[in-house]
Formats: sequence, C-alpha cells, structure tokens
Amino acid sequence: MASYGQWINALPSPKGMLKDIQKSGRESLLKNGLPTRKMEAWRLTNLKRLEKFLTLQPSVEGEKEANLRSQVWAKAPENAFRLVLKPNEILQNLIDLPSGLRPLTNKEIKACLDDSFKYIPHEEQWPLSVNCAANNEVFGLHVSGNTCPQLELIIPAEENVLIPSRVIIKIEEDAQLDLLQVVLGATHSAHSHILEIYMAKNSTLNHGFVAIGGGKASCLAQVSVVQESFSSYSLNSVQHGWSISRFEPKIIQKNGHSKTTLNGLQIAKGDEQLATHSSVRFEGPEGSLNQLQKATANGESHSIFNGIIEVPQIAQKTNASQLSRNLLLSSKARVDTKPELKIIADDVKCAHGATISQPQEEELFYLRSRGINAKQASKLLLKGYCQEIIDNLPVQANRWKILNTLLGNIS
Amino acid sequence: MKSQDPKLILEISDLHASVDDQPILQGVNLKIYAGEIHAIMGRNGSGKSTLSKVIAGHPAYTVNSGSIQFEGQDLLALEAEERARLGVFLGFQYPIEIPGVSNLEFLRVATNTRRKKCGTEELDTFEFEDFVKERLKIVQMDPAFLERSVNEGFSGGEKKRNEILQMALLEPTIAILDETDSGLDIDALRIVASGVSQLTKPNTATLLITHYQRLLNEITPDFVHVMAAGKIKRSGGKELAIELEQSGYDWLDNDEVNLGEGN
Repeated sequence: MASYGQWINALPSPKGMLKDIQKSGRESLLKNGLPTRKMEAWRLTNLKRLEKFLTLQPSVEGEKEANLRSQVWAKAPENAFRLVLKPNEILQNLIDLPSGLRPLTNKEIKACLDDSFKYIPHEEQWPLSVNCAANNEVFGLHVSGNTCPQLELIIPAEENVLIPSRVIIKIEEDAQLDLLQVVLGATHSAHSHILEIYMAKNSTLNHGFVAIGGGKASCLAQVSVVQESFSSYSLNSVQHGWSISRFEPKIIQKNGHSKTTLNGLQIAKGDEQLATHSSVRFEGPEGSLNQLQKATANGESHSIFNGIIEVPQIAQKTNASQLSRNLLLSSKARVDTKPELKIIADDVKCAHGATISQPQEEELFYLRSRGINAKQASKLLLKGYCQEIIDNLPVQANRWKILNTLLGNIS
Repeated sequence: MKSQDPKLILEISDLHASVDDQPILQGVNLKIYAGEIHAIMGRNGSGKSTLSKVIAGHPAYTVNSGSIQFEGQDLLALEAEERARLGVFLGFQYPIEIPGVSNLEFLRVATNTRRKKCGTEELDTFEFEDFVKERLKIVQMDPAFLERSVNEGFSGGEKKRNEILQMALLEPTIAILDETDSGLDIDALRIVASGVSQLTKPNTATLLITHYQRLLNEITPDFVHVMAAGKIKRSGGKELAIELEQSGYDWLDNDEVNLGEGN
C-alpha cells in the first residue's frame, strides 16, 4: 500500500476554505485504506484500475480554456446557461447567472459540507473521501423562484491529471431546475466528482448526467440528493467509454410524499468496466420511486448494477419499482445486476425485476419482414433501446454530437 | 376482381416445415394468382400461422422439403428482408412492440427499402410525411401514432391498423394477413377490412388467415381453404366459410377424403 500513501502525501498542500476538509479526507483515506473485494459495495470492482486512478495528481495550475475545449463540445444551449468547471478557478464570483440562480455564500456551503458524510454509509464513503482529500474547490448554487432555469454544467477532460470537482445545489421551496451535466474524459484522465443536491418542499429537478470517457479514462461520480416532501427528482444518466467508471446516485426522501425517477444507461464496449450503484432510502410515508436501469455490454466489457431500496417502518405506503434490463451483445462480455430491497414497512408496493438477454429474435424478424436487413435491424433496435433513456435528457441534450455519434456507432 | 390474364404469384408445393424439430407443415400445396383473395381457415395449431411465417422467412422455422415460388423465384433461397423487398408482406397476428424506435422513422426506412428495390424514388423526411398522411386515411388512423414508438402502448385495434398502414406504404404484391381480425371490435374490423379492400389491385393477391367467418363477411374471398394437421384438407369457394361457421371443424376428425391442393 506504499504507493497509496505516497499518492496521498504527494497531494498539493491543503489550502483555501476546504483546508480542513482536505486534511480530514486524507486522514480518512490513510486510516481506511483502499476498498477491498471483501466489501460488498466493491466486490466486483476492478481494483487494479482503481489503483491506477491513484497514480494521477490534480493539476496545480489552471488550464487555459482553449486547452480544455475540445471538438466534441456542443454549441452553448439556447435559452440555457452554461457553466464550465475549470480546475483551480473560483466560480463563486459569477455575476451573470440567469434569473432564479445565485452562487451560494461560503457560509451556506460550509453548512452543507458539514452534513455530507452523514448521509453515506461508511463502506461507501471512499469516493467522497478521495474528493475531499484532493479537491480545493467547491461550487455552490442556489435556485429559487418559479422560472425553471436551464443549466448545463460541463466538467471538461484534461489529460494525465486527476480532476476533482464538487458542486452543491440548493433548490428552494416551489423552485424548479433543469440540469444537464456533461463529464468528459481524456486519455489517462481521472474524474472525482461529487454533486450534492438539497431539494426543499415542492421543488422539482430534472437532471441529466452524461459521462463519456475516452482512452484509459476513469470516473468516480457520486450524486447525493436529499428530497424534502412533495418534491420531484428525475435523473437520466448515460455512461460510456471509461476504463473504469462508478456512478453512485444516492437519494434520500426525508419526509416521504416525494417522487423519484431514476433512469440509467450504460453502453459498455471493449474492456470497459461501467458500474452504477444506486440507493434510494424512504424516510417518510407515501414516497414513490420509478427506476429503470439499462445496459448494453459488448466486447469484453463488464457492466455492473447494484440498486438498493430501503423502506424502513416509517415509510408506509411507499410505491417503488425497479427494473434492470440488460443486453449481452458478446459472449465475452459480462453483466452483473443486483436489486437489493430492504423492506421493513408492511403496507408498501415494491416491484423489482432484472433481465439479461440478447436482442429479441421476434423484434428482429418484425423489422426484417419489412425489408430492413439484419444488421440495420439490430442497430435500429439497439438505438431504440438506448434512445428510451437519451430522449429524456434535459436541456436539448441532443445538441451534443457525441450522443448522436454514440447512437450512430452502436453495435 | 380477377385480372384478364392471371399471373401466378405464389406457388407452394409439398411444403414440409418444422420448428424445434417438431414437424408442423406436412405437405402444403397452394397456388395464388394475381387478383385473387384466398382465405385459410382452421383450428388453433393446424399450421396456419406457421405457413405465413415460413412464407415470410422467419428464421425459427426449418423447411424440410418442398418449395415456394414467388413470381417464378425460389423464395426459400432468400432472407426475410429480401422477400419483403420483393413484395411479400406479412401482417402479424401479434404486432411486435419496439420501444425507442420511432414509428415514423421505422415506416420511412421500410418504405424506402421497398421503393429502392422497385426502382421508385426514395422519399426524404418531408416527402414521406406527406405520403404517410395520405395513406393514414385508408385506415383512419390518428397521425399521433406516428410520433410514438413502434406499436408501443397501442391497443389491439391500433396495432392492426398500423399493420395495414404498413401494407399501404409498402404496396406488396402479396399480402398475407395472419389473424388480422383477432381482437378487433366490429367497427375496427370494418375499417381494417375496408383498408385491405382498397389496397387490393388486379396485379396483387391477398392471403387471409382467420379462425372466423366474420372477416370474410367484410372481405369476400375467391377461395377458402381449410387446414388441419399441417395440410390443406379442403378447398372451395366462399360458401365453404359459411359451411364451416355452421358445422365447425369437427368433421375434419373423421373426414379422410379431402382436396390436398388449393386452386
């Protein structure tokens, strides 16, 4: 484990408002060590690739935008605001935010940071600890009013460095937000991303999370959402192109009566390992969850889904459904899918199902019987399979050519 | 509506086919000429649907012997998509739902594939929208169904209308309609039947597969065939359908003497 310790010691000296958090993050990493296969949450993870993640250091200097901006970027969205999280750049001073958005004050950020760890079980805290240890910036955003601003948040690629990023979003009572997050990878880059969302009563968030890597890029991303009652959170996520990626949406419905929709898509090719570890905890009655997780696994790739749903005694009349549908496209690819329902309450409806299959012969024949050749038919079916999630991404996500290219090249 | 000089469109000779090593078709003979409407009736499991799928080229079925000639070509040597492009259309008993694939896009790709084969000009997105809107009238279908995924969440009647819409767009030489009447109320049945009648031309042919005579009240067949145990046991005119409606299929169990060949 010497290299792990060396990596921690080589991190830039703690500074800025996150100084204490950096220190405690490093202490926690040293104390707890790397995740092991004995830990249920890390049982299937390719730990060798995780160790490679820890050979990269955050860049010390801010990169020029020209270096970050790549051809894959879409034009800035119409009627929406684009934010780019650049390393070592303080975004808190933004003054041209659209109506309904303002940066959080340092005091507000601090209050949120103090709460972060309490929502995450011990075994699953490692990605947050990595971010705390390596990150010297956090960006906070406050959403209010009834204008439903549209926001695009880009976390760009940068080669051969670790890119830590952390964003906190507070959505006030009755407020709405459309948020499209785009995380891009580059050869030998690594992302450590944390997004924390606090949703007040009756608020609505339509969230898209698109993480597209490249080369040997890796990505650890955690989205934790705390929903107050009568709020509605909808997430559509897409993962593709990472040597290793681990996406962890963690939702807590604090007082019930809320609605959560989680739709996820992994498109795994080559030797990628793409994982989604979701958890939804109902801490009050009459909450609902509608979850659909999809994956296509081709080549020698590995797709992992673990979906925890917790319904304690207090969460009576919860209505939850979780479906994991996977397409295995090659004999060397692997899909692991595990629904994990922890239900104590007795008056609840919880449905779950998981399928791993090959493209359906009847669907293929239907298309072929209309003159469409077998190759084109399977492409159309796969595209349709993915489109079901991609079509629900917010903020004109279809402007991003990478998404269309991804669908165009699907096989 | 027979043409003056009838052309042989489909000729099935001594066709034997199986699925999962289970023999289903055991010597089917049938000839269909241009302008003709044929109906195949029979009990469940008699082999009617299998025959339709074998003609269309479903890969799950194995042809063990016999032949199918389509306008003089060996149909069995062709893939399902090649048969469709040549003008063989199968209207499905249970049309398949394909989530995520836009109905409009699917219809456009299918139509252009057929047009390309026929040497007619392919249609761009705008031209196709005009074309499809005109064809929608034949089945009195709401254009909103074009914007949805193929058959997804359609009612039974809507699915069948979507099948006939595809027939209207693809303009096949032979349309095989497998239990198109099943699951339809009488109004939907009339709309579908009227669509089929409008699409029947002197140079095309139709093969209706049905359990019941009620579809044949709406579309009058020139020939009716009764299938049992993988064979055509009897052939006749439209009066055979009426006879079957009255007497049922029980006579097949003890009737040994039948015609083995339609037409």
